[in-house]
Amino acid sequence: MTTDTFEPTIIGFTCNWCSYRAADLAGTARLKYPPNIRLIRLMCSGRLDPTFVFKALSSGADGVMITGCHPGECHYLEQNYKALRRFHLIRRTLKGFGVEPERVKLVWASAAEGAKFASETASFIEEIRSLGPLNWGKSGGGRPTTEDGDSPSSVLRPQSETEEVPA
Amino acid sequence: MTKHNGSKPEVQERIGVYVCHCGTNIAGTVDVAQVAQWAASRLKERGVVIARDYKFMCSSLGQELIEKDIKEQKLTRVVVAACSPHLHERTFRTACARAGLNPFLCEMVSIREQVSWVHTNKEAATIKAQAAVSGGVERVIHHEPLEPMTVPINPATLVVGGGIAGIQAALEIADAGYHVYMVEREPSIGGHMAQFDKTFPTLDCAACILTPKMVDVGGHPNVTLLTWSEVEKVEGYVGSFNVTIRNKARHVKTDLCTGCGICQEKCPKKVVDEVYEAGLGYRKAIYTPFPQAVPKFPVMDVDNCIYFEKGTCKACEKFCPTNAIDFTQQDEVINIEVGNIILATGYDIFDARRVSHYGYGRLANVFTSLEMERLTNAAGPTNGQIVLRDGKTTPKAVGIIHCVGSRDRNFNNHCSVICCMQSLKFAHMVHERTGAIVYNFYIDMRTPFKDYDEFYQRVLEEGTLFVRGKVAEVTDAARLPGEEGKLIVQVEDTLAGKQRRIPVDMVILSVGLEPRKDSSETAKLFGISCSANGWFIEKHPKLDPVATMTEGIYIAGCAQGPKDIPASVSQGAAAAARVLGKIQQKEMALEPIRASVIEEKCSGCRICNDLCPFNAISFHEDTMVSEVNAALCQGCGTCVAACPAGAIYGTGFNNEQVLAQIEGLLLLNIGEEAVPA
Repeated sequence: MTTDTFEPTIIGFTCNWCSYRAADLAGTARLKYPPNIRLIRLMCSGRLDPTFVFKALSSGADGVMITGCHPGECHYLEQNYKALRRFHLIRRTLKGFGVEPERVKLVWASAAEGAKFASETASFIEEIRSLGPLNWGKSGGGRPTTEDGDSPSSVLRPQSETEEVPA
Repeated sequence: MTKHNGSKPEVQERIGVYVCHCGTNIAGTVDVAQVAQWAASRLKERGVVIARDYKFMCSSLGQELIEKDIKEQKLTRVVVAACSPHLHERTFRTACARAGLNPFLCEMVSIREQVSWVHTNKEAATIKAQAAVSGGVERVIHHEPLEPMTVPINPATLVVGGGIAGIQAALEIADAGYHVYMVEREPSIGGHMAQFDKTFPTLDCAACILTPKMVDVGGHPNVTLLTWSEVEKVEGYVGSFNVTIRNKARHVKTDLCTGCGICQEKCPKKVVDEVYEAGLGYRKAIYTPFPQAVPKFPVMDVDNCIYFEKGTCKACEKFCPTNAIDFTQQDEVINIEVGNIILATGYDIFDARRVSHYGYGRLANVFTSLEMERLTNAAGPTNGQIVLRDGKTTPKAVGIIHCVGSRDRNFNNHCSVICCMQSLKFAHMVHERTGAIVYNFYIDMRTPFKDYDEFYQRVLEEGTLFVRGKVAEVTDAARLPGEEGKLIVQVEDTLAGKQRRIPVDMVILSVGLEPRKDSSETAKLFGISCSANGWFIEKHPKLDPVATMTEGIYIAGCAQGPKDIPASVSQGAAAAARVLGKIQQKEMALEPIRASVIEEKCSGCRICNDLCPFNAISFHEDTMVSEVNAALCQGCGTCVAACPAGAIYGTGFNNEQVLAQIEGLLLLNIGEEAVPA
C-alpha cells in the first residue's frame, strides 16, 4: 500500500440466516471482492442496535453495510422491516451529525445471492473510497481517542483537508 | 496504536487462539503462521496466552491440540479462526466441552469463506484475518458459560406431499413404529410418478412399483392420510410444532363411501382433466383421479358440478348405494402436534408455451413430455397408442427436443436432470410401438447414473437418430418438397456443421422441471429459505442435503432440486432417517440464544411488546414490567436492540459482545500495520 491511496475500512453486519450465508456462498463460489470489509454476524438484522453503527463509525470505520434477508423472507418473519426503519433513522441521525448518510448502506441478500453480496460489497467499497476517510473521533488523522470525546469539527472537515491513512 | 492502552480494565481471561490452514484453502492466501504469531504478541495484553496454527484444525489431532491446551494452559476462552461457523462451530464447541470448558466460551471466526476464498492479495487478506481474530478475541472476553435449553421431541411427524419422496419418507418412519401425518393437496397420493408409464432405464411400469407403496401408506396403522388438504399455519419449533391443516370438503362421507365408483359412472358432467391426464383426457365432476387412487374416496369438483351450478341433478346422490354423498359438507380445519416436518412438495413442469417458437399450443402435434407419458400409458386416454392429436394417425417420424426450458438463459439455467433419460425412453417406446423414425435433438447427452449410459447405447443401436444442436424453430410452413403437412424442425446440426430442416409428424418437447409456483410461499409458511429460482435450500449442499437451516424441517425430492425417482426415494429415506434419529433422542438441545428482561431496568414502556412476531413478550400489569417467554423466543434480538432502557439482555449476542467485536475488528486498518516480510 502506498501512502497516497486511501483504503477504506468497512464494517458489515450480516444476519445468521441469509446474508451471512450469502457471504459464505460468495466464498464457496470463489467470487472476489476487495478485502476492505469486515463482517459481524448477528442473528437477525433486527438485532442491529443503531449504537453498533455509530460505534463502528466512531471507532475507525469509514462505512457500515447493513445486510439482511429480503423483505418478506426474514427467518423471524418480519424483523428485517425493523432494520429498514432503523436504517432510515441512522441515516437521518448521521446527517444531523454532519456525516454523509451514504456511509451507511442497506443491502438485502438471500442465502442464494453470493454474487449479489460480492458485487454490492465491491461497489460500496468504491462508494466509500470516493467519499474519502471519515476520521470520526480522530484528531488530525491520528488514532481514535474515544475517552476525550469526539470533536464535531473533525467530522465535518472536508475531505481535502483530511490526512491519508498512514502507511 | 493507542486503542488498548490500559484504559480498559485488565483482562482476566486466558485465551487460546487457533488458526487453521485448511490445507492450502486458507494458507494459500493468508499467512496463517503470521496471524498466529501476531495474535500471540499483539493480543497478549488482551488475554491471549497461546496462539497456534495447524494444518487441519477440525481433524482429531487439531481438536486434541485445543483440548490439551485447555487443560494444560488452563484456558478460559478459545478462538478458532477457520471456516464458516455454520460448518464447524459445533465441532470446536464439542472439543471444548470434552476438555471441560463450557462450549459457549468458544468463538469461531471465518477466515476461509470470508477471507481466503474471496481475496487474492495475501498481505491484505492476512491483515483482514488478523482483524477478524482480534474481533473474535474481544468478543469472546465477554462470553459467558451457557447451558443449552432442552426441548422434548414429539415422536409424530408431518410429511407434506404424497409423491414418491414423501411416500418413502412416511413409510420409513411409520414402519419404525412412529406416527406420520401425510398431507397431500390433490385427491390422491402418488404425485407425478403416478402419471408415468415406464420408468427409465429398466422400463418397469411406474404404477406396478408405485401403487403397492401407495396402498401401504393408505392402510398403515401409523399413518394418518390427509388428502385434499393443505397446511395453513405452522407454529412452534423443533420438537413441538403446532400445524393447522385445512381438509377441503370432498362432499363425500369417507366413513360411508366404499369407493365403488358408481357416482363417477353416473355423473353427467365431463371435465377436461388438466392435472392427471395433462389435458389429454376427461374426468367427471365427481372423480378419483385414477383407478388405483389412494384413498379410494372420490372428490366433488364444485366448480364444475351441475348441482352447484344450477341447483339440480344430484345423480351421484341418487345412485350412491351407501348414501355417502353430502352436498352440505364444509371444509374442516384440523390441528396437529408434530415434532418434525418433512417437505416433499415436488415440482411443476415448465410451461412449453413460453418457448413460442416451438409452437406448443399452436401446432396441434407438438406434445409435452408429460402428455407423452399419458399417451404411452396403457391406462391413459389412448390406451397406450402413440397417435397424433387427431386420435388415430400413427406418426411415421417423431422429433424429440431436449432441454426445453432448461439450460437456457431465457428461462432456466439449471439442468433438469431427467430429460435426457426421459427422451431416450420415449425414443425407445416410439420406436417399439410405431416403428417410426425418431430424431433426438440434444445439446449434450447426460446419462450419468447406474445403467443409464447402457440404456443410451441400447437406444443408439435401435436406430434412433441423434442430432446435436439447439432447435431454432418448429414450424408447419413448408418450403421444400416433402414438407407439406409436416412439422419442420429447423436445427443447426453442430456435428455436421450445417443447418437442417427435418420434417416430422410429431414433436415431443422434453420440458424441464421447475420449482412449484408457490414454493416461496411454502418456504415462508415453514420458515425455510428458497434459492433465487425457487428450490428449497438445504443446510449444506454436500454434507447435509436433507436438513434445512430451520431445526426440525427436512426436505426431500424435487422440492430441493430436480432429480429422478431413485434420487427422490433416497432423499425421502434419508430425511426419514434424520427424523428417526431425532425421535430416538427424545429431547434435543437448542441454542440458548434468547432474550430476557432485566426487571430492575424495565420502565414498562411496552415498546418491545409489539415488536415480537412470536408473541413471546408479555406485560405484567401488576409489576409493570415486560417478560420474555424463553420457550417462544426465537432469539432474533430485535427487542434487545429496540429497548430504550437497555433492559433486555440478548444472551449470545449481547451489546458488550458486539461492541467489543467492532472495536476488535477495527484494531488494524489496511496499510496501517504492514505485515513484516
